[in-house]
Amino acid sequence: MNPFVFVGCVELREILGQRAEDEKELADLLAQVPPGSVYYHTHGFFLRSRVFASTYTNDFAAWVVGEVRDPVLGEKLAMVDPFEFRDLEALREELVSVIDHHLSRQRAVPRIAVGQPFDFLQSHVIELPVGLSAETLTEFRDALGQVDASAIYFHLFEARVRQGRLENDFSNWLRRDLGLGDLADRVRRINPYVGSLERVRSRLLTLVDEALEEVR
Amino acid sequence: MTSITDYREIAPKGTVDFISRMAERAKGRRFLHVSATRYGGGVAEILQRMGPMLSELGVEASWEVITGNPLFYRTTKALQQALQGTEQVITDEMFEAYQTVNRDNARRLPLEADLVLVHDPQPAALVEHRGAGGRWVWRCHVDVSTPQRRVWSFLRRFVVRYDAAVFSLPRFAPTLPIPLYLVYPSIDPLADKNRRLSRQEVDATLDRLGVPRDKPLLLQVSPFDRAQDPIGVINAFRLVRRHNDCRLVLAGSGAVDDPEGTALLAEVRDAAGRDPDIQVLELPPEAHLEINALQRAATVVLQKAVREGFPLTVAEGMWKGKPVIGGASAGITAQIIHDVTGYIVHSPEGAAFWLRYLLNNPEASSRLGGAGREHVRRNFLITRHLADYLTLLTRLVR
Repeated sequence: MNPFVFVGCVELREILGQRAEDEKELADLLAQVPPGSVYYHTHGFFLRSRVFASTYTNDFAAWVVGEVRDPVLGEKLAMVDPFEFRDLEALREELVSVIDHHLSRQRAVPRIAVGQPFDFLQSHVIELPVGLSAETLTEFRDALGQVDASAIYFHLFEARVRQGRLENDFSNWLRRDLGLGDLADRVRRINPYVGSLERVRSRLLTLVDEALEEVR
Repeated sequence: MTSITDYREIAPKGTVDFISRMAERAKGRRFLHVSATRYGGGVAEILQRMGPMLSELGVEASWEVITGNPLFYRTTKALQQALQGTEQVITDEMFEAYQTVNRDNARRLPLEADLVLVHDPQPAALVEHRGAGGRWVWRCHVDVSTPQRRVWSFLRRFVVRYDAAVFSLPRFAPTLPIPLYLVYPSIDPLADKNRRLSRQEVDATLDRLGVPRDKPLLLQVSPFDRAQDPIGVINAFRLVRRHNDCRLVLAGSGAVDDPEGTALLAEVRDAAGRDPDIQVLELPPEAHLEINALQRAATVVLQKAVREGFPLTVAEGMWKGKPVIGGASAGITAQIIHDVTGYIVHSPEGAAFWLRYLLNNPEASSRLGGAGREHVRRNFLITRHLADYLTLLTRLVR
């Protein structure tokens, strides 16, 4: 059995110098920015939502609602689930297609009036073991309760993109190394849209506590 | 002397341990900051703390400050204004003085390091004299997105010689052929401006400033500068006071030795008239405890800036658990989450509307204030800033 080694991450944000002031520019630039930027504004969104979950779960949706004041497109973009796509190019294609389809039904291109433009960024994620590991479910629970929130993001969200599969690091270890298939299934099904990383941490702790209770 | 461990109970869970692990990768690296001044202003305040913390973590941190002559300082003041879009007259003699002073400083200062972080335009030309080793990064704290063209052309030829540049907001960055990174500024929760104060300390400080605590206090702390819209704040206050008894304090510095600031201060006093509920306080730049006490005594903190900038009085107010009403400029919208930690407004009427709402709904003030403090804890404390600089060091120096 391998211990679970908790790894956190930090991101260094890079400004790409690409700026959109209306929804057409958003679609055009989204079609050409590096994949890292698509990742930053969709998956990376969760890393920045550590305490307060935004209603709209990616930067594009949050911008069209908050700055362009176009809730219709905001709702459509918010329902694009980044975890459903096999890779970032497929996700990019879907996002651009949602915006294009919306624009084809508008008389004029919605743009910012008093809001801020959309600046495309990308991030360089640096991984770092946080010095905590677990060999049992109890140790896992203790570490989970105190680890930096970036480790929750790294093992739950980053892992899916990194490994290109549905299993996250937590469920993978629980199944493979502890033989806890049921708990692994429940952890795998955690809905990332429950809110902030802290809420995800609470949800994970509840699931582990329930499993520990069953053992006792 | 403050230690990194003093932040353990203040920063988010696990942060200090995480920073210590990050620092292990940067141990023994030489990290040099170069700036124009050792005292006064947000950059110096943060560097005073950042250096000792980096050293404690095992990084060989140092901080050098350039020196110049009166013509150089006149030039850099004009340069700073021109870069932020205010048309200035800068003569060839002034450009020459800028380069000469930078050249003299390059000879005098030890500039060898693995990472050299040069803050702001004043020492930017030092890069012309960089040695073979080490990475050089320009840390720009001002908005240079709409500069006076001739001045930017002059400065740009130095900036492109850096390996990268760091800006406080994407909006502040011009187009450049080097990597541009984003690092938000921060506040130090243990500095006099932000440390916990007892009720007695707050009361004593307000007594000394002559500010009564007999009614809800609305506060704007900012330099006396038109971009901070102090007249707009007075107009908003007068709209609110029709129905809510309250007091307004406008506290700031910047009027001394600045003819524009002096003129604006006179205008502000004139607009306040003989109204006993409006107090205009001119404070010296080192009045950190006074600002802390005023923010802690405030019911609502305002920062109604109408132009760009990254006013940390927003984060300071939120850190003290206050709802903050801010103008819709990029540096403020980056700090306030609308309807979660405060409100973004576009006019004096907008400010008055939300002030009235908060004064009549104290439970909303508590909700926003609590959320604001948590938001700052995660995003605008010096610990996050330290992690960002360690990340920069790790990424650029391998």
